[in-house]
Amino acid sequence: MTRILLTGNAAAAWGARLAAVDYVPAFPITPQTEIIETLAEWIDGGVMDSRLVTLESEHSMLTAAGAAAVTGVRVFTATSSQGLLYGMEMLYNLAGWRAPLVLVNVSRGLSAPITLEPDHNDVLAARDSGFLQIHCATCQEVLDNVLLAYRLAEDSRVRLPVIVNLDGFYLSFTREPVEIPDPVAVADFLPPFADLGQHFRGGQPSSQAVAVLGGGPYSYFRYQVHLAAEQAAAVYADLGRQFERHFGRLYQAVEAYRCDDAELVLVMIGSFATKAKVAVDRLREAGQKVGLVRPLLLRPFPVAELRRLLGQRKGVAVIDQNLSPGRGGILHAELAEALYGLAKGGPLLASFVGGLGGRDIAEEEFLQIVEVLSQAVQRGSAPPPRLLFTADELQQVRRLQDIAHGSREGDDAS
Amino acid sequence: MYRIRLHGRGGQGIKTASRILGTALFRAGFEVQDAPRYGAERRGAPIFAYVRADDKAICERGVIHRPDLVMVADDTLLDLTSANVLEGLSGSTALLINSNRSALHWCQRLQLPGPVTVLDGGAIGARAGRVPAGAVCVGAAARLLGVVSRQALLTAVAEELAGHGAAAVEASRQAVLQAYDQFSSEAGLVQRLQVAATPTAAAPPGWIELANEALPQAAATITAPATSRQVATGLWRTRRPQIDRQRCSRCGLCLNLCPEGCIDLDEDGFPVIDYRYCKGCLLCAAQCPRKAIRICEERAVQTEKPEGGES
Repeated sequence: MTRILLTGNAAAAWGARLAAVDYVPAFPITPQTEIIETLAEWIDGGVMDSRLVTLESEHSMLTAAGAAAVTGVRVFTATSSQGLLYGMEMLYNLAGWRAPLVLVNVSRGLSAPITLEPDHNDVLAARDSGFLQIHCATCQEVLDNVLLAYRLAEDSRVRLPVIVNLDGFYLSFTREPVEIPDPVAVADFLPPFADLGQHFRGGQPSSQAVAVLGGGPYSYFRYQVHLAAEQAAAVYADLGRQFERHFGRLYQAVEAYRCDDAELVLVMIGSFATKAKVAVDRLREAGQKVGLVRPLLLRPFPVAELRRLLGQRKGVAVIDQNLSPGRGGILHAELAEALYGLAKGGPLLASFVGGLGGRDIAEEEFLQIVEVLSQAVQRGSAPPPRLLFTADELQQVRRLQDIAHGSREGDDAS
Repeated sequence: MYRIRLHGRGGQGIKTASRILGTALFRAGFEVQDAPRYGAERRGAPIFAYVRADDKAICERGVIHRPDLVMVADDTLLDLTSANVLEGLSGSTALLINSNRSALHWCQRLQLPGPVTVLDGGAIGARAGRVPAGAVCVGAAARLLGVVSRQALLTAVAEELAGHGAAAVEASRQAVLQAYDQFSSEAGLVQRLQVAATPTAAAPPGWIELANEALPQAAATITAPATSRQVATGLWRTRRPQIDRQRCSRCGLCLNLCPEGCIDLDEDGFPVIDYRYCKGCLLCAAQCPRKAIRICEERAVQTEKPEGGES
């Protein structure tokens, strides 16, 4: 057991290494590339016994990943942003093939305009594909959840591909202390891949991607994916406890931070949620009853857990690092649905959209979110949705617009 | 918590410096977070990295806006507004500048409320054998913190530079140690910021409502021509190519090879470099068949003649 400083990307690579993956189809994209570079170096240096192949696109990469997984080997792959969307067609296919592989996505905002920094619209575009989704907040969680994801994907009750998500820059290029589990303990927690009859062979042909004409058979197969995904909630809960017995760290579908007597609760996913913890601590010091709820599992959506954790609160503020144009924050909408129909009406729900394209969320903004929520609870009506965007930021945009449309010269813009 | 920001130019080893400092603090028993901040890679362009160190797990993330220590590996960045080197400096922020000018010079010029220290890292780095500025400065930065031992620092250098070979490790160890020893009287200058904003004291963030605006304003399009001319990429240059007209045969190869397209011919057919845009890649100097393009340190040229126009 060693504790060292690792980036989120290196932690993801360590997860794949400890899981003893057999096959890594790869295609580079910022901010993910370090993951496959690290794996390539290990494989080249002989410390990892697996095969890495670079493909010509993410579409091919995912096709190769799915095809390999149904031959009965353990497959790891990784992408980000535009790459995930380029392979989107295959995400649905892999779920339909019931290919139990792990895909790490390093979140990055989607073009246009193009950016390198993170938000969650990329991974949420894969929300309805049939891939399960685990969202990480620290580099340690990235490593641990790659291991958990293999158990989850390969479980006979689930048998679905899993996305493990981490935020670009804030985790991908950020080093934190990470405990690297003992390989012997990992081998005990995660036994070798069991193909469960999935062993596609040239010499023993079978069709993996058949056509069904008529909606009946299609409905059956697609709904099987849904039922398996729903099973994954209980399986993840069980695996989390097993993981704790092996490694001393407990994972649950939803993390509740200082929620015991909380009247107001923030809801977030991903690495920015740790920033919310700092604000919660500060507000607690000042005597306010505030907590944080952070779903790790987004698919399956832990509805029962969220109803239990949030149903009795006075107010809940959802901070979405994504935007569905014409609707608003995606997590807010999902949570509103999950909390619908509670006996006492449930908490007052407020929507905040922030952190788009890597835009930071300052500590005073978390404090202000709680203030807005608190006033809304006293008033008894939800505030309008709020984009976290300041007058200074607009001024900065105006400067760029003036340059872009020729009404101003730039400064020493470098 | 210690909050440290490290500034430099692409190629000066700022990411490596942040990792050396991070590993040294981790070895010293701290919880650590370190990260570089960059976009598309740009050698010579301003970049920065940051390190946080605390006794407990670190939940803060992202760029440090209120630093306890700011290290500047290249003093020309202090002239560049967009490098934002002095963002968030308070009376308790220590500033470490790599410069051959005195601390007094910088104190008078910058008029900062906090302590300013200067390391002549150029001389140290050159003596040790071309050690990048970032790696030299980090020795002084570690000493300023007062909580990093010589041994922790040396171990960190060896760990972080392992991939660069034994000679690079040895050169960097020498340079780092020299800077560390030189700053012995300043050990512990950096204060850990204990007080953070309390809920009542924090100023509200000043959010605004966005209105629906018309095109082309509302889409990320650029309608003005040649806006890239406004990006003075010459500011990224650390070394400068200079045409020696005595040796130049006027073959024009440099003009054809320049990736920036910033070499033109004058009326006599001699190449002229536009230093507003020359990034100092030195491809021209490497390819000149007559070796008629000299390479000069930008800092030396600018000291003689601060305004860098055309050659």
